[in-house]
Amino acid sequence: MIKQFINLEWKQYFRSSYWQKSMALNILMVFFALYFIVIFLGLGFGLLPILKKMYPNQDPFVVANGFLFFWIIMDLLLRFFFQKLPVMSVKPLLTLPIKRSTVVHYVLGKSALSFFNFLPLFAIIPFSVMLIGDGFSTSMVLIWMLTMIILVFINNFLNFIIEALSAKTELSFLPLIVVVGVLYGLNYFEIVSMTSLIGGALIGIANSPVLILIPLVILALLYVYNFKILREKLFLDSSLKSKVTEVKAADLSWTKRFGNIAPFMQLDLKLIWRNKRTKSSVFIMVIGLLYGLFFYPQPMYKEMVWLFPFIGIFVTGIFLINFGQFIPAWDSGYYKLLMSQNIKYEQYLRSKFVLMVLSVGIMFLLSIPYVYFGWKILIAHFAAAIYNIGVNSHVMLFGGSFNRKKIDLNQRAAFNYQGTGAVQWIIGLPLMILPMLIFALINWLVGFEAGIATLIVLGVLGIVLHKKLMKTITKRYLDSKYKMISAFSQDN
Amino acid sequence: MPLVKTINNTTNIMINTNNLSKTYNGTTVLNIEELSIPKGQSFGLVGNNGAGKTTYFSLLLDLIQPSTGFIKSNEIKVNESEDWKPFTSAFIDESFLIGYLTAEEYFYFIGELRGQNKADVDALTSQFEDFFNGEILGKKKYLRDLSKGNQKKAGIVAALIGNPEVIILDEPFANLDPTTQIRLKQIIKDLAEKRGVTVLVSSHDLLHVTDVCERIVVLEKGNIVKDLETSPATLKELEAHFSSGMVSQEEE
Repeated sequence: MIKQFINLEWKQYFRSSYWQKSMALNILMVFFALYFIVIFLGLGFGLLPILKKMYPNQDPFVVANGFLFFWIIMDLLLRFFFQKLPVMSVKPLLTLPIKRSTVVHYVLGKSALSFFNFLPLFAIIPFSVMLIGDGFSTSMVLIWMLTMIILVFINNFLNFIIEALSAKTELSFLPLIVVVGVLYGLNYFEIVSMTSLIGGALIGIANSPVLILIPLVILALLYVYNFKILREKLFLDSSLKSKVTEVKAADLSWTKRFGNIAPFMQLDLKLIWRNKRTKSSVFIMVIGLLYGLFFYPQPMYKEMVWLFPFIGIFVTGIFLINFGQFIPAWDSGYYKLLMSQNIKYEQYLRSKFVLMVLSVGIMFLLSIPYVYFGWKILIAHFAAAIYNIGVNSHVMLFGGSFNRKKIDLNQRAAFNYQGTGAVQWIIGLPLMILPMLIFALINWLVGFEAGIATLIVLGVLGIVLHKKLMKTITKRYLDSKYKMISAFSQDN
Repeated sequence: MPLVKTINNTTNIMINTNNLSKTYNGTTVLNIEELSIPKGQSFGLVGNNGAGKTTYFSLLLDLIQPSTGFIKSNEIKVNESEDWKPFTSAFIDESFLIGYLTAEEYFYFIGELRGQNKADVDALTSQFEDFFNGEILGKKKYLRDLSKGNQKKAGIVAALIGNPEVIILDEPFANLDPTTQIRLKQIIKDLAEKRGVTVLVSSHDLLHVTDVCERIVVLEKGNIVKDLETSPATLKELEAHFSSGMVSQEEE
């Protein structure tokens, strides 16, 4: 049975139109993977000497275990944003003589093979080898290593439970923030010292191997819980049950002032508000807005002026990047309708453009309080906003004409929690890094004002050329019309 | 009994198909040398799976590109100009619906694209209260939450918004309950007879097409094999044709 599943997935992957067209992206992902592997290997081999140097009077093994709590928290955070439960289209399988449990075990088993679970091994194993080489008892280190691997899997399955919970709530990031916040808070305010608790627990297990049963039991419980959640979803009635969602119609008549693009704007706003996946990009805006707080309060970043535009682009452009990169795939479900209707393509695109520009404007206004950390930040954010409006928005629209991957908004698939993965963030990187590089270069050669001026000039140039650019972009869309229609009517 | 109009009314051709073919990787899925559909005709397309019905409709809507030839709709080549769009509407499949809208919102949206205000749309949809059977309007339900049959009803009525002159319906009878099928037949007949709309319908159900259409064209592996003016004998003829050992082909 498992063999069949693997066979199915192999075909699904390689026969999809998406795969063939995004080789570059796949290669990029491989590079990222290699990069992280190298970093983790470096960490694995380098940790012991570093610890010895930094804490010469302490047992490096104890110190390392002391950091484990933070590693667990970081790991959970990263997993939440980047690791998704493997998606499998289960509906066709339900009526076949396959046990539901087999399907669930398969999906969960597949998740265990995630890159996120292999990556820590590149640090854990070399570190263990180094420990043994340093004279630590072999059996103890091996037990420790085994426990660490169990911990990795505990995080793996814990993450899916958090994701399942977050899929249920409106504020999708709430469960994660609660879990991480509570753990961190307990530790920070020394109510329960999680650092020493977890560190101590690992040392305890390493010293008396029988205790390894405890993490194993936790792992088993998490697995069973995941199994239960997923099995419930495997019954068709959860998707057939007519979910009577009362329609909450908001008054969108204010869009009328945008003239002939009003119907499309209303449609887009409904699209964003009425679908879980698009809605999450609204909540991501909140995260984006707070992103600056990671940097600006710390004195070490005060002098790193070249970083400001990067943060500015991110803060003011988070919706633009998140929403923009799936234009026109958001409308892929009814693309044929749009193409056979009496619409002007340019109006359709301009509605998306206006939405992105509005979001940039709103985000800039909301980010004004950052001026507290220095007026340069405000100016950099302003320049970044102009750059976003003039350059990035057009780039996004243009890039959309290469979009060939369907997004199924109607799908309430059993395993589809959020549908956003690592790829999404990688696409956004050049949009943020390029202006940062431009600014950094001019800032270094000439000065702060010149750098800011350059970004603003680039942005204004884009705004001035807007009509022309839109013409070119519209033409691109019209040229690839047939390809898009055919790609969007394919599944996967 | 359906009224039979004369087909050889060449002065009033609405849709003109010329030397049209569509080839995918060397296999020709559609090959029509000549097919003219006069204004105001209710036209039926029948054929087994893979006969090319949906392909023809997709070409007519410029959703795919012809390999050779062209279709002219009201003297406009559909793959070169977009001017056919204002007078053409279609419901091919669920991908013509916008799942996160309610039926009313969907109708208004289509209406706005076709230059109709809310009152116009309301006036039109209120004529179809029977057809909707109280399950579509005022339900405050998203289209994606409606049953397949109700989705289809909404899609078909949306295709009538804005006084189109050409209406294309792919398999309109499938998934509908018997009562609705009968009502739909009446709607289609009225459109062609009373309002002079050119209606193109495809179906697997021979009985329905013969009831509704003045003219029936049979497609087989992309070629026109029969072109019949509907008469009381048509159904028998079609049944004889399809039972004469035709091998069903792959799904389109």
